Amino acid sequence: MTTTPGEPGLLDHANWTVRPSAAHRGLDRAVAVVVWSVAAAITLVFAWLVGSIVWRGAGEISWGYLTGPVLDAGRGGGIGPVLVSTLLILLVCLAVSVPLGLGTAILLAEFSPRQNRFGRLVRRSLDVLAGVPSIVFGLFGNAFFCVWLGMGFSIVSGGLTLACMVLPILIRATEEGFRSVPDEYRLAAAALGMSRTAAIRHLLLPAAVPGLVVGLVLGIGRALAETAALIFTSGYVTRMPESLWDSGRSLSIHIFDLSMNVAGGNDRAHAAALVLIVLLLALNGAASWMAHRWLHRQVMTA
Amino acid sequence: MLTNTTQAATRDSGEPAGNDLVQVEQLSIRYGARCVLSGVDLTAGAGHITALIGPSGCGKTSLLTTLNRLCDLVSGCQVEGTVRIGGRDVRSDDVDVLQLRRRVGMIFQKPNPFPLSIRRNLDLPLREHGLTDHAERMERIETALRSVGLWDEVKDRLETSALALSGGQQQRLCIARALALKPQVLLLDEPCSALDPISTGVIEDLLLRLRGQLTQIVVTHNLAQARRIADDVAFFWTTDGTGRLVERGPADQVFASPQDPLTQAYVAGRSG
Repeated sequence: MTTTPGEPGLLDHANWTVRPSAAHRGLDRAVAVVVWSVAAAITLVFAWLVGSIVWRGAGEISWGYLTGPVLDAGRGGGIGPVLVSTLLILLVCLAVSVPLGLGTAILLAEFSPRQNRFGRLVRRSLDVLAGVPSIVFGLFGNAFFCVWLGMGFSIVSGGLTLACMVLPILIRATEEGFRSVPDEYRLAAAALGMSRTAAIRHLLLPAAVPGLVVGLVLGIGRALAETAALIFTSGYVTRMPESLWDSGRSLSIHIFDLSMNVAGGNDRAHAAALVLIVLLLALNGAASWMAHRWLHRQVMTA
Repeated sequence: MLTNTTQAATRDSGEPAGNDLVQVEQLSIRYGARCVLSGVDLTAGAGHITALIGPSGCGKTSLLTTLNRLCDLVSGCQVEGTVRIGGRDVRSDDVDVLQLRRRVGMIFQKPNPFPLSIRRNLDLPLREHGLTDHAERMERIETALRSVGLWDEVKDRLETSALALSGGQQQRLCIARALALKPQVLLLDEPCSALDPISTGVIEDLLLRLRGQLTQIVVTHNLAQARRIADDVAFFWTTDGTGRLVERGPADQVFASPQDPLTQAYVAGRSG
């Protein structure tokens, strides 16, 4: 705002060091209070949630609980077989979805321009898939993997169903990772006569790792939390699985069963929930560490 | 493998006419319906520095990218005319584009080192071009870094990030990266426009040292720079959005006694 000297303007030049008016200060304060209290409320909800799970569940946790067999519908014994089934389901899910997801993300980001018809179609389908309720995935998994492909209620069926659910998230996040790599690297590599494959392998993939990690974290989170889709596909048998073709109960189903169907199972449900949260944090940490160690370490920022 | 192909290339090409390593005939470039460059005839003498001057947007950079076929990557870019390097038509279908780009290096306006260590920046392209012997690669890297005067500055921190170097050092690293592949031609697209005067001076000295060893084509908006380093100058001008070559010749002739009125005005600083 410019004013000619001597003429009274919006900004009074003589008084420019004066403090803001009381009304302005009041408004600033009110906004600050609102913003801080919203943030505090969210933190409080989170703390309450974790606190109550820890409070009610921590007492049950012991080595015997983590490794022992499920007894008396979960009221007694431990969660050993459930933990093993959960990890196996996740393993199947990631073993299928990570290579597929990475490949599709590379195709979308590096080989199909943004306006490309095919690319747009794939992207649109993925966005729709990401929004499909998990119960629908469960029905599909049951019809396709369990019945049509004859895999029955098994860890493989469950893992594959989860892979279908996780793929859209994984692909879109990884694609964003690739798109965030500056074009100048691609141009520099091309100008040096490097093949596209070499540029992707040595430059773009390592630089896209942060996106891949975001996809993995979201994907693992969704897979571990999944209950509805697994009831239809991997079943809820509490035996220790002997192979991937056995039925197995995941932690989330165990929690659901204990709190809904088993009288007096509430504390045990909280204990299992605590294990689930710790497992989620540990797996996310491990995934991010490995991705950085194997891929991202190759690139160095200043 | 690199040396083999270089030998094969020189053998096949024979004697290029009139010692002009790069020959461009009737070159037109269009992006979709927009014609950015039309009817350009240009040659660059072997070992010379040829400066392309003229206002922004007259197709000089587009011209450079047709020489190493980087224009292939731009969707909607259509090129007509002939481009010969060492007597070979680079636009023919049987040209190995990756080999072509190794022999015709390119330096960009903004230094673009990879986010890797200084050593890996040079090592990676060498490996991709089939140089498997580690000792030989190291030797090439050292030679290239020495030739751009960077070796003494970075020899103790080859494993640190190239992005930590200053702008001028990064640009010299990019030149070293191209030189390590032993190119015949080096295309430079305003290589100093993002650099301070001192770094610019260092790069200009470097280009002058490289003169005679390889053919350089420099796009520059800096007339003083063209005067300082160029053997030959080609002046471009835009009419109705289409760039064309107005005048070309030895640098002293174009600067001292330009023939075309457009060139006279531009060189004298009255236009552009």
